[in-house]
Amino acid sequence: MTKPVENPLLDYLRRDILPTPFCSGCGCGTVLNLFARAVHESGIKPEDLVCVTGIGCSSWIPSPFFKCDTLHTTHGRALAFATGIKVMKPHLNVVVIAGDGDITGIGGNHLIHAARRNVGLSVFLVNNSIYAMTGGQVAPTTPFGISTSTTPHGSVEPPLQAAEMVKAAGADYVARWTTWHVMQLKKAMKSAIAKDGFSFLEIVSQCPVSYGKAVRRREASDFLRHYRDNSVRIKDASVMPEDELESKILVGELADRERPEFAVSLRETGRHAREETAK
Amino acid sequence: MKLDERRIEYLKKFAGKRDFLLGDEACAYGALFAGCSFFGAYPITPASEIAETSARELPFVEGYFVQFEDEIASISSIIGAAWAGARSMTATSGPGFSLMMEGIGYAVMTETPCVIADIQRSGPSTGQATKGAQADFYQARWGTHGDHEIIALAPNSVQEYFDLTIDCFNLAEKYRTPVILLGDGEVGHMRENITFPDPESVEIQPRRKVSGNEPHMGFNDDNFNGVPPMLEFGEGTLRHVTGSTHKPNGMRDVETQSVHDRLVRRLVGKIDNAREDIVRVEETMLDDAEVAIIAYGAASRPAMGALEAARKKGLPVGMLRLITAWPFAQRQVTELGKRVKKIIVPEMSLGQLNREVERFVPCPVVSLPKIGGLTHTTSEILAAIEEALK
Repeated sequence: MTKPVENPLLDYLRRDILPTPFCSGCGCGTVLNLFARAVHESGIKPEDLVCVTGIGCSSWIPSPFFKCDTLHTTHGRALAFATGIKVMKPHLNVVVIAGDGDITGIGGNHLIHAARRNVGLSVFLVNNSIYAMTGGQVAPTTPFGISTSTTPHGSVEPPLQAAEMVKAAGADYVARWTTWHVMQLKKAMKSAIAKDGFSFLEIVSQCPVSYGKAVRRREASDFLRHYRDNSVRIKDASVMPEDELESKILVGELADRERPEFAVSLRETGRHAREETAK
Repeated sequence: MKLDERRIEYLKKFAGKRDFLLGDEACAYGALFAGCSFFGAYPITPASEIAETSARELPFVEGYFVQFEDEIASISSIIGAAWAGARSMTATSGPGFSLMMEGIGYAVMTETPCVIADIQRSGPSTGQATKGAQADFYQARWGTHGDHEIIALAPNSVQEYFDLTIDCFNLAEKYRTPVILLGDGEVGHMRENITFPDPESVEIQPRRKVSGNEPHMGFNDDNFNGVPPMLEFGEGTLRHVTGSTHKPNGMRDVETQSVHDRLVRRLVGKIDNAREDIVRVEETMLDDAEVAIIAYGAASRPAMGALEAARKKGLPVGMLRLITAWPFAQRQVTELGKRVKKIIVPEMSLGQLNREVERFVPCPVVSLPKIGGLTHTTSEILAAIEEALK
């Protein structure tokens, strides 16, 4: 009998508490795999990494499974907890992995303001277009017209464009990819981790269970094919007619800039105040 | 433990000095003298001066002040900061305090030391936003959901806003729990003389840490008198912290009845069993008293005036003032209730403290509420004393 092949990055996880609780075909497994690779390739030591999460399926990607300091917080508030950590220990890599209901719904205001402050956090939004853990209720990201358990006659709300909102709020780095784009995702994760300021990666991800029943895509492969066939590079989108773009997923980098990072500015301002008073 | 040298160097200029401060300002200075290094803020009347004073002063002790987008973010940020090594606090009032309740519960469950000043104002809702009140007495105790104990200290003078804020920080560390400074808009917004201590003389309760090779897992440990040492972030212990029911190693287990039972009973017990250490009261002229006043905070001030006026008239009355609002001083209150004929409870709410007193005394209790943004007058309380002695 051949020995089963182990993922070489398994040591990045708390092996004793595996397996993860994700449903079959869930995109969270892909994100976890890519995150471990991104951390490995970025050369980050576990003791220099803190993962902060809220409530929802994707909060379970790093917490408790990733072997680092993990803070599993209240619903929607991960970014505020993470800001407190980053301000006190700016040398730590503070990563927030959160779902769309968590970070754009109940915690939407914190997302806007953490991006505006340009706090040096790496934020990975796993957008599955639904409240999945609670059984498939409409989310701020659910497309117009979709029937969910709380919009049984179809949603009458247009969805939020999270990456565009975060870019407008002031984040240093903003990108969007899908779980089909694994290599691009890993590269974007590394770019996000390397960035000093607020970096935001929207990961359009499949939920074959709670969202799958709403859009009749029961297999992960149905979603991945959909992502493959409906993703449009941002740079190509500018020449496409608007009505054609409506059903498309715009992927690529939305922002890559260098603005003063919050914890750094806070320290510099404090130092300046002390020096002025000492004069 | 003493404050760090650089902080002492800055605070030394205050040593022994007198100043004429607001209660709110004294609270902020108390935090500075207690080693506060992170303040998560959101403005609200009548607590904003705590934030403003902290914003001005914290940079000089290499602390950090951040004004957040709401009170939920403020309470969340101070918990995050505490896990990254800070002695952290926030300050708010009624509506903001309500918003912080989920975060306070999270701090209880994760055993995160932090301080929340609630400068009580008149409610419900926006109520009389600029007027003081004492109607968060039960919100402080039971505002967050689930079985828990809470520590809340209740200052009644500007000096106590300073002194008790230091005590709040120290109790938070000693018991690894959120501690509430239960002030009110009356004293928070009142100016009074205060004397600063020498920063070198201030006793600082250090964070509970592992010493040497002590084996320990961070949570729910049967050793350490129910208060396990804290493993902070960035120290290489790769800690998992969750607000869900967890095992001694911090890992979630929400299915096993005994895990939850053991955890929550310990969280309650570590405070409940330490009442004699935590609970402080002030007794005034109680030796021969036939009638006693029980009060805290703003209401205890006119009560003291009424007490003095009554004594001048030769009336046998005294006062038990609660310095610790929670855990409730049930032993002291019960003992008092056995020796006096009647107890009067003046408070700026419709009988919240009165209800708690009634639970523990055999004698009749007279509720003397006053709401609407005014404190009692001494004559109102004196009249109640005279009526009670009839």
